[in-house]
Amino acid sequence: MDNVASVGKAHAVEAHAHHHEEELSFLRKYVFSVDHKWIGIQYGITSLLFLLFGFSLMMIMRWQLAFPGRPIPLIGPYLGEANAPGGIMLPEFYNQLGAMHGTIMVFMGVVPLAVGAFGNFVVPLQIGAPDMAFPKLNMLSYWAYFVGGVVMLSSFFVPGGAANSGWTSYAPLSVLATQGQTWWLVGMIFLITSSLLGALNFIVTIIQLRAPGLTWMRLPFFVWAQLVTAFLLLLAFPPLEAAGVLQLMDRLAHTSFFLPSGLVVGNKPLEISGGGSPLLWQHLFWFLAHPEVYVLILPAMGIVAEIIANNTRKPLWGYKAMVYSVIFLGFMSFAVWAHHMFFTGMGTVISAFFQTTTMIISIPSVIILSALFLSLYGASIRFTTPMLFALAFLPMFGIGGLTGLPLGLASSDIPLHDTYYVIGHFHYVVAPGTLMALFGGIYFWFPKATGRTMNDLLGKIHFWGSFVCINGVFMPMFIQGLAGVNRRLYDGGMQYAHAKDVLHWNTFMSYSAWGLAFFQIFFIINFFWSMKAGRKVSDNVWSATTLEWAAAPSPPPHGNFLTPPAVFRGPYEYSVPGHEADYLPQNQPTKA
Amino acid sequence: MQIPYTVEARPDTGLPNPKLGIWLFLASEVMLFGALFSSYILLRVSAPAWPHGYQELNVPLATLNTVVLIASSVTMVMSWAQLKMHNLARARMYLWLTVTLALVFLVVKFFEYGSHFAAGEYPEHSTFLAIYFTLTGLHGLHVLGGVIVNSYLAGPGAAMWRTEPEQYTNRVEVAGLYWHFVDLVWIFLFPALYLL
Repeated sequence: MDNVASVGKAHAVEAHAHHHEEELSFLRKYVFSVDHKWIGIQYGITSLLFLLFGFSLMMIMRWQLAFPGRPIPLIGPYLGEANAPGGIMLPEFYNQLGAMHGTIMVFMGVVPLAVGAFGNFVVPLQIGAPDMAFPKLNMLSYWAYFVGGVVMLSSFFVPGGAANSGWTSYAPLSVLATQGQTWWLVGMIFLITSSLLGALNFIVTIIQLRAPGLTWMRLPFFVWAQLVTAFLLLLAFPPLEAAGVLQLMDRLAHTSFFLPSGLVVGNKPLEISGGGSPLLWQHLFWFLAHPEVYVLILPAMGIVAEIIANNTRKPLWGYKAMVYSVIFLGFMSFAVWAHHMFFTGMGTVISAFFQTTTMIISIPSVIILSALFLSLYGASIRFTTPMLFALAFLPMFGIGGLTGLPLGLASSDIPLHDTYYVIGHFHYVVAPGTLMALFGGIYFWFPKATGRTMNDLLGKIHFWGSFVCINGVFMPMFIQGLAGVNRRLYDGGMQYAHAKDVLHWNTFMSYSAWGLAFFQIFFIINFFWSMKAGRKVSDNVWSATTLEWAAAPSPPPHGNFLTPPAVFRGPYEYSVPGHEADYLPQNQPTKA
Repeated sequence: MQIPYTVEARPDTGLPNPKLGIWLFLASEVMLFGALFSSYILLRVSAPAWPHGYQELNVPLATLNTVVLIASSVTMVMSWAQLKMHNLARARMYLWLTVTLALVFLVVKFFEYGSHFAAGEYPEHSTFLAIYFTLTGLHGLHVLGGVIVNSYLAGPGAAMWRTEPEQYTNRVEVAGLYWHFVDLVWIFLFPALYLL
């Protein structure tokens, strides 16, 4: 009790200081802002633009896959003679687009949106903090991300174009690749620095700045998800930074960390000292990149948990089990990386180890997903736009997760490895899974950020259109993959007899992708239109229990809360018997 | 608006924000150097032949550097202790001493690198030299970072002592934790690269 009282005192002092504030210049307020809400919005808008750009790269690739060798309409003439002479895509350009699509979507789109934008905007509000623990550091992480993004985009204009060795940059291919790869590495170092600083900031904020009374088991699940995510970023990214440094050395100082002895390129032996290990790159890369998968999915689970509890008007089913699962998931995610490498010849003993850990890690994911499904049972569901997205997340992530099991077992991975099945699997996790949840989150927290709701009709058109189209894009990939179509062929696999029967799906998938783009127009219009002219709503438009809705105005002022909130109850006290309203906000005191 | 616990410790965690922050940062640094050390081990055990460090590198100079760095860790702690005893002048002296020792370390390293380059031993020469230059180079950058931070704290940053003595003391402590880590990395690098 003593602790809670003194924590309360510190908050009171801070609220007093809050009233003396000078007006900030435009530059300090909107460009180099240190306010977590504005930084969150900066992250959000930048990452949405990157998502759109990464998606556009894919739409160009889908033209090539559906109609190989035909000139690309509309933008073909503008792609440059070096990339697409006469508007017809060259294989080298296809490789650039593939590598950059992956890099942009993962490192510059989904992670900054899920962690940078939602984490920054929502976490301090949900824990009752006036801002992040280190506001200037927070600004620095955004700008490091921005510079990293600019470096990545500029790499398209260097001789030889952007990085073209896949988003995984496997050595020795990447070491010998054109100059764009160096830019990729430099860009990655900026993005990694950004993530590290951000992750550190989140952890300190969540541990140190919780409002009085907000104990660990009263934290909203979203905050738990962000906390575990931040630990993953903090501890998994440095090995990739190390790998990036080694690859930079290989490329610039001509060392041989990843180049084995006796390498012959174009019938000429390379003049290198040799003795390096291409496998080392893969280990270092996947040591990051597997936890990265959970960085992509955990914030989405957090968002979905918030939306589901709010729209079922019930507490989450098995909140504690979900919390323990997410912590266990975090630990285990560091011990599964080599299931990406069954094919590398690292040996059956190691494969057996990693397939076992992989099967173990599926358990907590299934617990979380089951808890979310069971939370629906017996509820009188409000089918709001954010809820539709959250509900779609459940089966989509389910498909993504279950199709991962055959890939996690070494023997069934053999026929599936490097086929479209793999692409289908992880896209179901990240695109119809995470992205659906992130869109739901935007519709859900938009009123908090702007004081206005997004249009419901446009939102529902966006949802149904996207839901149908996105399945049209990815479901046929399982069919192609099971038929054995390789994932990296720039003509979609025309030269392979075993691909003949399933290639007609390529046109279907491409039209679905373009349809998906069409339905995003509804979102873009809705987003900007609602900012200006959306319906004005009360501070707690969804009748929610968590602090960002119950205690802060919409939009929250600098410093977030007019009076520092205190917390008296768990995060999801909906439909508590004996109360008039069907929700009890976390900051509502218990009557004696 | 003020962020709570920037100076005083939060009662239930017992830590002020910057101290938790620096420990987390050091955790990520452990992962960074841990990955590089693992790479070193992996490359070494899979190599058909690997030179001994003492045959290729200058052990006496590195021993001198080890002593210099350990001494600089001591002066760093002395600086913090002096602040705790409210003696800014001596604290600044010890900070400058730490900076000087760090610069001595870098100068020695500079001559070590120079003699390798003069002998035509570049990173591309062998994987041993490659990992040697990468690890010591990255460590050298960390030393340089420490020089910048400590110079700031001893120079313009010390003005904070007049208005916020406790926060200034905390800053020196946090910079000290980082500095000890940089020292510790060298303690691992020295035997791994020079002696084995």
